[in-house]
Amino acid sequence: MSKTLIRVNSITLSYDGVNVIENLSFDICEGDYLCIIGENGSGKSTLLNAILGLKRPTLGKIELCGIKRREIGVLTQQNPVSKDFPALVCEVVESGCLNRAKNGLFINKSAKKTAFENMERLGVTSIARHPYRDLSGGQRQRVALARALSAAEKMLILDEPVTSLDAKTTYDIYSLIHDLNRRHKMTVVTVTHDIDAALKNGTKILRINKDSVFFGTVDEYLRLDEAKAYVDADHKQNGDDIPFGEGGFRYMGGAK
Amino acid sequence: MTLNILTLNFAQAISRLGEYLSYGFIRNALIVTVLVSVSAALLGVVLVLKRYSLLGDGLSHVAFGAAAIAATLGILDLEMITLPVTILAAVILLTLSGKKIMGDAAVAIISAGALAVGYTIMKVGGGEANLGGDVCTALFGSQEILASDTTDIVIIATITALLIVLTVIFRHKLFSLTLDERVARATGTKTGLYNLAIAVVTATVIVIGMKLAGALLISSLIIFPAMSAMRLCKSFKLSLLLSPIIAAIGALLGVLLSIILETPVGATVAAVDILIYVITHIIKGKS
Repeated sequence: MSKTLIRVNSITLSYDGVNVIENLSFDICEGDYLCIIGENGSGKSTLLNAILGLKRPTLGKIELCGIKRREIGVLTQQNPVSKDFPALVCEVVESGCLNRAKNGLFINKSAKKTAFENMERLGVTSIARHPYRDLSGGQRQRVALARALSAAEKMLILDEPVTSLDAKTTYDIYSLIHDLNRRHKMTVVTVTHDIDAALKNGTKILRINKDSVFFGTVDEYLRLDEAKAYVDADHKQNGDDIPFGEGGFRYMGGAK
Repeated sequence: MTLNILTLNFAQAISRLGEYLSYGFIRNALIVTVLVSVSAALLGVVLVLKRYSLLGDGLSHVAFGAAAIAATLGILDLEMITLPVTILAAVILLTLSGKKIMGDAAVAIISAGALAVGYTIMKVGGGEANLGGDVCTALFGSQEILASDTTDIVIIATITALLIVLTVIFRHKLFSLTLDERVARATGTKTGLYNLAIAVVTATVIVIGMKLAGALLISSLIIFPAMSAMRLCKSFKLSLLLSPIIAAIGALLGVLLSIILETPVGATVAAVDILIYVITHIIKGKS
């Protein structure tokens, strides 16, 4: 059994005074690729905020056992950086390394190297000196992910990492995260709508709905009736000659 | 003919400038104006990017209210009252806007309230002959800047130096905080503490800048050089560097112009800062 990093202990979360999640418990262990799925308004984002320490549970608590906040890399949904914000791509990525420095104030050489490697990984090295504000949505997301990777020493927390991205970027990002998880033992927690990708990449599933919660491995989830429904629907959908799109990840095996 | 008169006036103005610059108090005023402008501009980059511009404006009104009360009570050293009151208001406003309970309405309420209360108290308590002049001074700055002595210069220079050192040390943290505060907090940065520090620095800069530009104009010293620098620069680092440089140029030009045109120092500096901003807009187009 691998080490527990974050222990979610019977928490209740409320939003505007209404409980959206009640008495939820689960552990995030080292090496997990946990996909949090559920319908809109089921409380996925609220839960993620609680894990990130941005929202306090009404009841219960979330413990960080084997990890510190500064060892986590975070990618939130596109935050609307104002059009005036002056920042170079390399400045944005390097700022992710800040927590690696001892005092958290200066970016040393090894941090710069980490930033450079992550820019290479995401193919944004050529635009390193470009202003972040001039980038397209897809480029921004690549840069934001490079920043999150630079910060992630042990864990990566992602909120809808591929929303509104084109097929190529979606594919690249999924492959990269998959590779980090399987080969570099990076623990990944992601909120996603893309159930197909969740079932293919993830190792564990947390499905929250208003009336029921499922937490378990992907194999366990696949045995549920609702999962069968997804898989069937998915096959039908992909029959309609959509080679890429959200299901595009299925082609990953052959591409690399 | 007209040209002749113009050249003549110009020559007169230049000679007057030369004469004025030989006075020690004018040089002191220049130094103080440049230092205050540099402090305000450094702070401005952070305030604008954190979208706290309005907060800065509100706080200057609070400082006006506090100064009015202090003056009515007969306290000579106004800063003794204005500084703590403004810091307190900054902390309160930050907590309120952080919780999104009232947001910008909170700032509007407190700033308008402070103006109203301040003016009323001045009227009731003061009863002095030149009330209109006092109010005008508090709102738009005074020529008192021309009476700055060495002590004033030392205090303001110390604050400016401290602010520059802090900005250099914390520049990466400031970048993370302004780029995405939520992520900064989620990855272990004590954002509350940093916001508090920013609030205290803002209050301090406003209080030292009030004498120069008054409650209504100090915001322009904070915001315009930062906006100009951000328009010209692609990187955060360069913006932080250029903003105080632009402010220093604006301050020098502003003081000299105010001598030539015999206009109020604070307002002239603010006008020059605005002019520079307009020029950066023209240079950079609408992109």
